[in-house]
Order: sequence, then C-alpha cells, then structure tokens
Amino acid sequence: MILAMLFIGVGMVASLEDYHWLLRIHRPLGVAILVLAAVRLINRLVHPAPPLPGHMPAWQRFAAKSSHVLLYALMFLQPLVGWAMLSAASYPVVLWGSLLLPPILHHDAMRYAELRELHTLLAFLFFAVFLAHMAAALMHALIHRDGVFESMAPWRQTLPPPAPPPARGGG
Amino acid sequence: MPGNSTRPPAEHEPPPPLNLMATLVRLGAIGLLSLLVTAAFAYTGGWLTPDRLTPVRVIDGFEQVNGLHPGFRRNHAKGLCIAGVFESNGQGLRFSKASVFDLGQVPVIGRFALAGGQPYLPDSPQAVRSMALRFMLSDGEEWRTGMNDIPVFPFNTPEAFYEQLMASLPDPATGKPDPAQMADFLTNHPETARALALIKNRPVSSGFANDTFNSLDAFFFVDPNGNEVPVRWSMVPGEPFAAATQPETPDNNYLFEDVIARVGRQPLEWHLVVTIGQPGDPTGDATIAWPDDRQRVDLGTLVIDHVEGEDSGRCRDVNFDPLILPDGIEPSDDPLLNARSAAYSRSFTRRAGEAKPPSAVTAPPLSKGA
Repeated sequence: MILAMLFIGVGMVASLEDYHWLLRIHRPLGVAILVLAAVRLINRLVHPAPPLPGHMPAWQRFAAKSSHVLLYALMFLQPLVGWAMLSAASYPVVLWGSLLLPPILHHDAMRYAELRELHTLLAFLFFAVFLAHMAAALMHALIHRDGVFESMAPWRQTLPPPAPPPARGGG
Repeated sequence: MPGNSTRPPAEHEPPPPLNLMATLVRLGAIGLLSLLVTAAFAYTGGWLTPDRLTPVRVIDGFEQVNGLHPGFRRNHAKGLCIAGVFESNGQGLRFSKASVFDLGQVPVIGRFALAGGQPYLPDSPQAVRSMALRFMLSDGEEWRTGMNDIPVFPFNTPEAFYEQLMASLPDPATGKPDPAQMADFLTNHPETARALALIKNRPVSSGFANDTFNSLDAFFFVDPNGNEVPVRWSMVPGEPFAAATQPETPDNNYLFEDVIARVGRQPLEWHLVVTIGQPGDPTGDATIAWPDDRQRVDLGTLVIDHVEGEDSGRCRDVNFDPLILPDGIEPSDDPLLNARSAAYSRSFTRRAGEAKPPSAVTAPPLSKGA
C-alpha cells in the first residue's frame, strides 16, 4: 500500500490527465495507511518482534532497528503531514463522496507551502528507506539465509521446525 | 507449533554456504531489482521523460511568457475579492443530489479577475474577465468554480493551450511574439480559429457587474439514483447589459473601481443558470458551444454584497480548483479540467511560499446590505 502511495504521489503531480483520479485514491489510501500503522504498532508492542539471530553483527542490528523506527515514524508522519498541509491550504479534506476529515490547522498559505515541501521530502526518504529495507531483506533471504526473511514474510506463518533429536534406545 | 513466533531464527541447521559465483549472481539480482524499482519510480515521476507535458512545465511556461511575479497567481493574476451568499431555489435537486442545491443559503467567497499572468495589467475593454467562486457548504464540502466571460474556450486540449502559450513567447530578436508562429498554430488548430471567431464576435459588457461568466468546461450532475446529466453553467447578471466603451479618463483599474463602487451602493446579483446537455453534445471539447435550444434552468441567485482588496481579503490564499466539487457534481471527460486542477495546484504551491507584494487593486472591506 505504501509503495503504491509513493508511486501514486509522484505520478499524480507529474500528470495532467491522470491528476484527479490519482488524487482521489491518494487521500483515502493515506488515511487507511495511518490507521493500519496504528494497528501495526499496537500489535508490535503487544507481540514483540522475533529476536535477530545471535550471530548478527552489532552494526546490522543497529541498521535493522533504526530502519524500522524510521519506517514507523514515516508511516505516521507522512499521512499526518498530508492532512495538515491540506488543512493549511484550506482545501476540504475529502475521503470519499461527502465524507470529509476536519481541518487540523488554520488557513495559512506559508505553512501550506512548508508542509507541501516536507511531504515531498518525506516521500523521497520513504522511498529510500523502502529500497534499503527491500535490499536488506533480500540479502537475508538469498545471501545470509539466516531465517530473518522468513520471520518477516507473511506467507510463512511457521518457522521450519528444529531437527528432532535422534531417537536413542537405552543408554 | 507453540512458541515459534518468539524463537529466534536460524537455530536450525545453517544451509550450505554459497560459492562465490552464486553469491555474485544473487547480489546482482538484488541490485538489478533495486535499479528497476528506482527506474520505475523515476519514470512515474516524469524524470526520465523531460518532454512530457507536466503541471510544472505548464506553470514554467506561464512564468516564461509573463515573467516571474512572486506571490501572484500565474494566470488571472490581477483580481479583487468578493463575498456573499448563494440563495438556492431548490431546482437543482431535480438533477443533482449536491446539498448546495437544497433550498436555502450557502455562504460564498470569490474573486473577480482579468485573464492573463500580469498582476498589474491595465484594465481595458479587450481584457477577458473571470469570476471564481467558493461555495462553502455546511457539512464542510465545497464547490469551487472558475468561469470566464467568453462563450467558448479557445483550446480543447492542454497540449494545444501550451503550444499556443509557447508560440506567444517574444522573439528575442524583435521583443515581440512571432506572428508566423501564431499563424502556424491556427493552421494546425482549426478548432481554435473557430472558437476565436465566436469570442471576437461576442458582445462585451461595460464591466464586471453586468457580465455573464461561463463554466466553459462541462460537468455531470448526479441525482440520488445515480442518473447523470451533462451540464455547463453560467452566472447571468441581474444588471442589464450595457456595451463596453473606452474609459474616458485613463485609469488602470477602472473595471475594478466600477464594481467596487456599485457594490458600495447595493448588492449585485447573478442567476446560476445551468444548461442541460443532450446525448451527442460534446462534453470533452470546450471550443464547441452547445446548441442554443438546450434546456436552461435557473438554480438560484448569487448575491455579492462584499468586496475587498486581495491584500486583506479572503480570496488570495485560496486555489479555485474547478475539481473541488461536492458529492453530486462530477467532472466530465473534458481534458482541460484535469489539466486546470493539476496546474492550479502547482501555481498555488509556488505562490503560497512566496512573499506577497501588494495587489494592483487595493480596496478596504466594503459591504452593502443588511
């Protein structure tokens, strides 16, 4: 969803013919991501992430942890900046049809301009972190093959079971 | 399997190590995938196709032709804020579920302007005039519209508009636009030549107060059952028509000063008249007028009882985007609508962050009527 939003975002501001329908998707999708980010964070606080493998070097642990913190921060910040920016521009914040969000800032053109720029900066940062995250995940999956990818992948609910202890008779 | 969500990975037997070749191939695959995703992103954002017409290029074009005037709109740059109410007579509900058409009053703010990107353009009888409106519905929805006092628009695609804009760039050698370029353009765009003839032959009114403003682009009104009718709308003045004349004394703001003085005496009124299109009437071509015999319905009265200069008024920092619509009004397939929405957004973003010099028309807040 986030990847779709990043593409929709850069696509719609570069388009004359597709601007309106992309914008109509961009707003409710942004709000959906905000809600899902909250759900995800609550879930993560209740069910902590699986620990990283013991042999992983400290710099990799730091990179993993900080990239996750950054992703969570962006997941909350970016839609909030979008909402704030539309509010400052005094645009109606339309979700769908006649369903609107209330403004969260007063009408202030200069504030709109600042937030609009921030929205673009955060989008590029988001894309960069996504790319790094994707590359790192694939490194774990294809190169390290240390089970880290499997612990992330949603289609593998269970980890491979440990090798059963060999049956022993007597002794 | 109990507890497997918290067991660390790789407690199992590690897989056999990769040889160098396998490692390089896999690294290459990861690199290639990263590159492809980045390239797709760059393509989507237009960075790989500098020839594509984008909102940035359109607004850059306006700035090239008119010069950069920070703080001002890049088109319809010279203007005056207006405010009042729309008194809906309920007739709109026959065609549209939009709550703006409920019987009753809706507050409106708006702006009179001259077309063109020069904020200090002297008023003249030749100037095309516009009325922009922002209907503010009680549930927070809005209807924004930008209308011009010409019967049709000279261009039917944003590409044609941009082509003409570039054709009007002054030739560096002469300091004036090259007439051959404009002649070429008209040869390639007969629809523009036809539209310009209609525009040239229109009766020009003496000022804003007795002027008719037209949506030019078509929209759809949608009723509660989902039925759609194509519409174009106009603001038809209550003030009787009087032909434009050259001003007696040279006054760069005579059109604006006239409407300011009139509102000072009494509120001005316009009727929102909607033309209902028939099947076959082109909704995607703003250069083509619909036949005169189409049904026209009066949906209510716009009462303007307040004018104020942009420097203190409430219209300067508003983007009158024609695709900010309430539920019950939808865009048509007119390609100009998307282009206007996208381009206005870019102009608004630029000017919002710029310092605002004083507008050409300065007027203290002036209201008339109860």
